[in-house]
Amino acid sequence: MSDMPILRINALTKRFDDFTALHGINLNVRDGEFLAIVGPSGSGKTTLIRLLVGMDEPTDGSIWLRDRRIDEVPANKRPTCMVFQSLALFPHRSVGQNIEFPLKLRKVPAAKRKARALELLELLRLPAHYYDKRIDECSGGERQRVALARALAFDPEILFFDEPLSALDYRLRKTLEKELKDLHQRTGKTFIYITHSLEEAMVMSDRIAIMKAGHFEQIAPAEEIYARPVSRFVAEFMGEVNLFDMTGGAVPGLRFGPEATALYGGQSGALMVRPESLSVLAPGQGAEIAFDGVIEAEYLLGSRVQYTVARDGAAPVIVEVLRENAVSGGPGTPVTLGCPASACHLIAQEVQDAAA
Amino acid sequence: MQRRDRQLGALYALPLGVFLALAFLAPILLVAAFSTMPAKVFSLANLPDFSAYYTVLTQGYWKSVMWSLGMALAATAILFVICWPLAYGMAKVFGRFSLVLTIGVVMTLFVSENIRLFGWVLTLMKGGLIEGYVRHWTGAGFDGLLYNVPIIVFGLCYVYLPFMLFPLAQGIAMVPDDARQAAYDLGATRWQILREIELPLAMPGILVGSLLTFVLAAGAIAETKLLGGQAVIVIAEEVETAFTYGQNWPLGAALAMVLIAIVGGIAIWGIGKADLDRMMGRR
Repeated sequence: MSDMPILRINALTKRFDDFTALHGINLNVRDGEFLAIVGPSGSGKTTLIRLLVGMDEPTDGSIWLRDRRIDEVPANKRPTCMVFQSLALFPHRSVGQNIEFPLKLRKVPAAKRKARALELLELLRLPAHYYDKRIDECSGGERQRVALARALAFDPEILFFDEPLSALDYRLRKTLEKELKDLHQRTGKTFIYITHSLEEAMVMSDRIAIMKAGHFEQIAPAEEIYARPVSRFVAEFMGEVNLFDMTGGAVPGLRFGPEATALYGGQSGALMVRPESLSVLAPGQGAEIAFDGVIEAEYLLGSRVQYTVARDGAAPVIVEVLRENAVSGGPGTPVTLGCPASACHLIAQEVQDAAA
Repeated sequence: MQRRDRQLGALYALPLGVFLALAFLAPILLVAAFSTMPAKVFSLANLPDFSAYYTVLTQGYWKSVMWSLGMALAATAILFVICWPLAYGMAKVFGRFSLVLTIGVVMTLFVSENIRLFGWVLTLMKGGLIEGYVRHWTGAGFDGLLYNVPIIVFGLCYVYLPFMLFPLAQGIAMVPDDARQAAYDLGATRWQILREIELPLAMPGILVGSLLTFVLAAGAIAETKLLGGQAVIVIAEEVETAFTYGQNWPLGAALAMVLIAIVGGIAIWGIGKADLDRMMGRR
C-alpha cells in the first residue's frame, strides 16, 4: 500500500440554486480500502457520489485520483465506475453481453471478452451457463452479481456503490453483504459504498464516514464510531443509545463510584451508555455507575430482552440483557441498573455546527 | 368462474368484432373477389380468371408501385431522422413544454389534409408566396418549387410527421435513464450510447412509428396529385384511375390487392418484431 491516497477530496462544495448540498468536505481514501459513507436521506451522500463518478460537477474544490485531478473529467473518461441502486442492467442484452459491455466499448476481441466474462461469472459464483441467460430470467441476487461482474469487467481503479442492496429482502441482503466483503478482499480493489444503513456499513467496511447535512461528522473504523462517537448525532445514528446530560461531572439521579468520579469529575457533555452495556443489579450489588427506575415496557428481541425503564423526572432509559438474565416480574417492577465506568463514553459539549 | 369470464370476454368483443368484419374485412374480400374477375365487368357473377393480375404485371404498373414504396421509404427515413431529436426532447428534456408541442402537432390534424396541402401549393407555386416575394424584391422570378419528386417527399413528411413523432417519443420514454447513465459511466461515448442502448431499447417505438408512416405514405395520393402534378404517378392514383376513369374494376382491385399484399406483409412482419405489450407498459 503506497502512502499516497488513491482518492483525495479537497474542500469539495456543491451548491444548487438556493441550497448547499456539500459544505467544503475533505476526505482521503487509502488504496484497497473499503469505505462506507453513511448518512440519512438528504445528508448529501448521493450528491457526493454523483460528483465522485462524474455525473455532476462541483461548485468548488477538487477531486484527485492519485496525482491526477479528475473533477472536470466526464464520467465516461474516468477510470472509476459505479454499481447503481437500480443496478441499471441492460434489459435487451444477455447476462454475458451485460458483463462484456465495457470490454466491447474498448473493442476487445469477442473471444477474449467471453473468456473474461466467464472468469467473472466464476468469481461471482454464477454458473457458466448464465452467460446466455436473459436479465429478466435472473433473480434479484443474481442480478446483483451480474451488475458487480459488469463493474469489475470495467476494471475500475475505484468501485462505487450507490445503495445497491437496499431493494433486497433482509436475508438476501445479509448474504450479499458478506459476499461483497469477501469480494473486496479477493479483488483488492478500493470500494466506496454509500448507504443509509449503518448495519450494512458496519458489516462490510474498514472505515465509516458519517455524513450529516453536507459534511462529514466522523470518519473512523466501525468500532471506534460505535464506542466513541464524536457527537450526539453519530451516537444516535449508530443505533439505540442512552444519553445523560452531564454538568460539572454530575448527572441527576446517577450515583458515581470513585473510578467514574475520577474519570468524569468536573466535565460537561453527554454521557453515552449503550443499552447492552447496562445490567440489572442484584440487591446489594454495586457498580461504578448506578441508578434506580421502574420497568415500563418489555420487548423480546430473540436472544435478548429489551426494557424501557422509567426514571423520576428524566427521560426513560433503554436496557438490553441476555434472555437468561431477564427480570422476573415484568412492567411495574422497580430495578437498579448499573454499568462499569469504562462502558461509558463522554461526548464533550458540542460546538454548535457552523452550518446549522 | 374462469370459463364465465372468458365467455363474457367474447361477448364484450362481439360488437367490435361484427363492426370490423363488416367495415374492414368485407370490403377487402369484395376487392379480392373483384380482382379475379375478367376485365371491365361490374358484377361478381362471372367465371374468375386472373387476367387483371396479368395486366398489372405486363403493363408497367410496377413503376408506380416502386414510386410509392420508394417515396414512402424516403419519407419514413427522413421523418425518423427529423423526429428522433424532437421525440427525445419530448420524452426526456422538455417537460411541460412537450405538452404544448403535442397540442400543436395534434391541432394540425384538425384541418383536412387536402386543405393543408393547398396551403403549401399557394406557398410554393409560381406566383405564390415565396416566388412572388422573391420576384417582387429582386425582380428575377423562377419556376416555382412544385411538381417534382423531392417536393412530394416533403409533402409526405409534412403530413405524416405526427405518426412518426408520437410512437417515437413513446419508444424513447421506455429507455431507462439509469441504463444510459450506466453506459456512460462504463465509458460509452454519446454515439455508443445511441447505438448500444437507446436505439435497441426504443426499437418498439421506432418500428411502430416507421410502420405507420410507411404504410400511410405508401397509400398516399393527395401529395402526389397536389404537389407533384404530373411528375410521377403513384399506385394509389392508378387504383383510382382504374376504378373511375378507366371503368375497369377488376384491374383496380388487382392493383389494390398488390398494394395490400406488399404493405400488409411489411406491417405484419414489423408488428411481429415490435413488442407492443412492453410498449403499452403491460410488462
